[in-house]
Amino acid sequence: MNKLNAKNIKEFLSQNAIYIVLAVLVVAIAIRDPRFLSITTFRDILLQNSTRAIIALGVAFILITGGVDLSSGRVVGLTAVLSASMLQTSDYVRRFYPDMPDLPLWLPILLAILAGLIVGLINGFIVSKFSVPPFIATLGTMVMVYGVNSIYFDLPPNDSQPIGGLRGDFTNLGSGHFLSIPIIVIIAIIISIIVWIIFNKTRLGKNMYAIGGNKEAAKVSGINVGRTLLILYAIAGALYALAGVLEAARTGGATNNYGNMYELDAIAACVVGGVSTSGGIGTVPGVLAGVLIFGVINYGLTFIGVNPYWQLIIKGLIIVTAVAFDIRKYISKK
Amino acid sequence: MNKNGFLLEMNNITKEFPGVKALDDVTLKVRAGTVHALMGENGAGKSTLMKCLFGIYKQDAGEIILNGKKVDISDSKVALDNGISMIHQELHPVPHRSVMENIWLGRFPTKSYGPLKFVDHKKMYQDTEKLFQDLNMDIKPDIAAGNMSVSKVQLMEIAKAISYNSKVIIMDEPTSSLTENEVEHLFKIIHALKNRGVAIIYISHKMEEILKISDEVTIMRDGKKIGTWPASELTTDMIISRMVGRDLTNRFPERSNKPGEVVLKVEGLTSPFAKSFHDVSFELRKGEILGVGGLVGAQRTELVEALFGLRSIQSGKIFINGREVKIKSPIDAIKHKIALLTEERRVTGIFPVLSVLDNTVIANLGRYIKPYLLLDEKKKKKDAGRSIEKLRVKTPSFKTLIKDLSGGNQQKVLLARWLLTEPEILILDEPTRGIDVGAKYEIYTIIADLAKQGKSIIMISSEMPELMGMSDRIMVMCEGHLSGFVDGKDATEEEIMRLATQFIA
Repeated sequence: MNKLNAKNIKEFLSQNAIYIVLAVLVVAIAIRDPRFLSITTFRDILLQNSTRAIIALGVAFILITGGVDLSSGRVVGLTAVLSASMLQTSDYVRRFYPDMPDLPLWLPILLAILAGLIVGLINGFIVSKFSVPPFIATLGTMVMVYGVNSIYFDLPPNDSQPIGGLRGDFTNLGSGHFLSIPIIVIIAIIISIIVWIIFNKTRLGKNMYAIGGNKEAAKVSGINVGRTLLILYAIAGALYALAGVLEAARTGGATNNYGNMYELDAIAACVVGGVSTSGGIGTVPGVLAGVLIFGVINYGLTFIGVNPYWQLIIKGLIIVTAVAFDIRKYISKK
Repeated sequence: MNKNGFLLEMNNITKEFPGVKALDDVTLKVRAGTVHALMGENGAGKSTLMKCLFGIYKQDAGEIILNGKKVDISDSKVALDNGISMIHQELHPVPHRSVMENIWLGRFPTKSYGPLKFVDHKKMYQDTEKLFQDLNMDIKPDIAAGNMSVSKVQLMEIAKAISYNSKVIIMDEPTSSLTENEVEHLFKIIHALKNRGVAIIYISHKMEEILKISDEVTIMRDGKKIGTWPASELTTDMIISRMVGRDLTNRFPERSNKPGEVVLKVEGLTSPFAKSFHDVSFELRKGEILGVGGLVGAQRTELVEALFGLRSIQSGKIFINGREVKIKSPIDAIKHKIALLTEERRVTGIFPVLSVLDNTVIANLGRYIKPYLLLDEKKKKKDAGRSIEKLRVKTPSFKTLIKDLSGGNQQKVLLARWLLTEPEILILDEPTRGIDVGAKYEIYTIIADLAKQGKSIIMISSEMPELMGMSDRIMVMCEGHLSGFVDGKDATEEEIMRLATQFIA
């Protein structure tokens, strides 16, 4: 009986490792400085990581199919610039479009999301039509999207100046509250729920797991693998785009360098959250926990005054150890 | 059904892969409510033909007529939509998903909420339960497919193929991982399907199964159809001789090797894993060819991989020339002059995009290091050239990529690779799998020569004639246990089969 309990505990620990790491981190930081445990801290961490969570959820779609998406960070940059450029106050002196009338809020956002969706479609098309490995396909689009964004950003009269003077109704998305909950957090929660439903309740989600788990099986079961990938990459692109829009709204501005390296943070959050890079495995709560772990590290370690360079080393260690432990669940020993 | 009474006609199907004509003008006609067996050696083209029927491959020429209508099967979805389903030879589970998701993959039942459509888990669970009940299978719908035994996975795949309510069911080696009782059970299911008018195309290497279950038998050889006969007119010998297509007496070279003193002694070798090899003891003599027989899952490959240091052992001892040795990695094994020609040539043998030269010397590069760590190209070429010549590898040049050679020539390059390490003990795991008939004889000749030179050989083979024709002694395994030895000369197929199934419940 005792032995059984020990085994159960071990099983529980390994199945819930990420959540335990998260709890341990919070407790450890709180011991150093009890002020860490406050509503403000909690709200700040959620606020800072809402866009990160949306990007990571997008990346999770692709990782679960057994692919990888490097374009996410640059899509964030593109859509931040796109939406910001069309949502400046009319009396701002250096407007991107000096003579443009005020657009309804939803229009630039929709255009930006559409742009992200198109990049996703291009990714999906290259991967499924030409069988280019996702790493290479999205590496290509990542570089191209940055190029496109920089050209747009450099258009006169903007000439590569940071875009500022954003409209209040737009920045409200990033800094406003609804029932004292930040709106951006509410958006992230709604997106998480929608993604959870797609993953668990729809054919699309189940086909995604099947393609990542065994592509041949998916094919011989009559799944149109190419079309499914196309849709999944498009959804992912739209999610990055939404994150880019919110990032501009949250920070009240945009440059072409927005989102730089976010793709790696998103992949790190996913793998720490238990998404398998070889495909077929991953959950929404896991991804969110992965994002929060990095959020807590960023915020908490700064809070207790850890040197930012040390923070990088700690983050790197966490990525490697988390995956080294997690992978033990799946490795078939010889 | 059309006027000729055939539910399915595959007419004049031809399929070419780079360098091989896998199917050459093959015609197959199947009646409703019958079991049509498809037989032939490995590489005869049976699976390729079925893959054309199921839309995995597209035939280069020929037509498929179903119910009197010509159909163009461009992918598996079209096949399924036309009432053709398939039990695949390579099992295809999605390991981390549940059994029910595996079964209904590609056609999940859904529930609509206005414009939104969600997968109906409850219906899926109930349908799966009902399916298993109808088929009298004991599988839980909600456990992960990857957590089940291989035989359960195979049963799941059988249930899946049946659940499409197809008119034609292709069964490509459906019993490869099943126990005897499960095979009996499958046969009952097949009878029920026949009574419902379903046509079953049945591929198997097991003669007794074929003669027991099938109505008609089509035999293929080297991508061509040999003929179709009613099963009642055939005997095992007739099938074999038509499959092989030549005089059975001369399939193996004369051997003049003389087994000498014991070079390898294995005592009580046991794997740490319960289902793997257990308490295996045997001896191998100098210049001896020891065949290893058994069914799929007998753990023969696992045993020799452990001997080669690829798998861990829990207990047991290995003696080479009377001295106990510890083999923890292939490096140790090579040091002790052991070589392993692996079963999966493409996966664990060749380096497809490296040249024939590189493939030959790669296990032995240490021998060619000059000062300053550069490799001695001249010496490499000399050695490789000599062994390639000795084994009569047919290759345009050294620089040819090995993937462009035929299977038989690839296998010879791999043999050359291992011979360069100057092994005393050669382990050959299915050395002639997927190799055409002519090249097989050449491989046999090489094996016989090596034994004559005093090399000791362990040869795993699933082909009975090969096992009996090439071995001095045959060691038979069953479910990880050693079930016995028989003498190569006077072994019978029945005796080996009896040993191979000795421990199967």
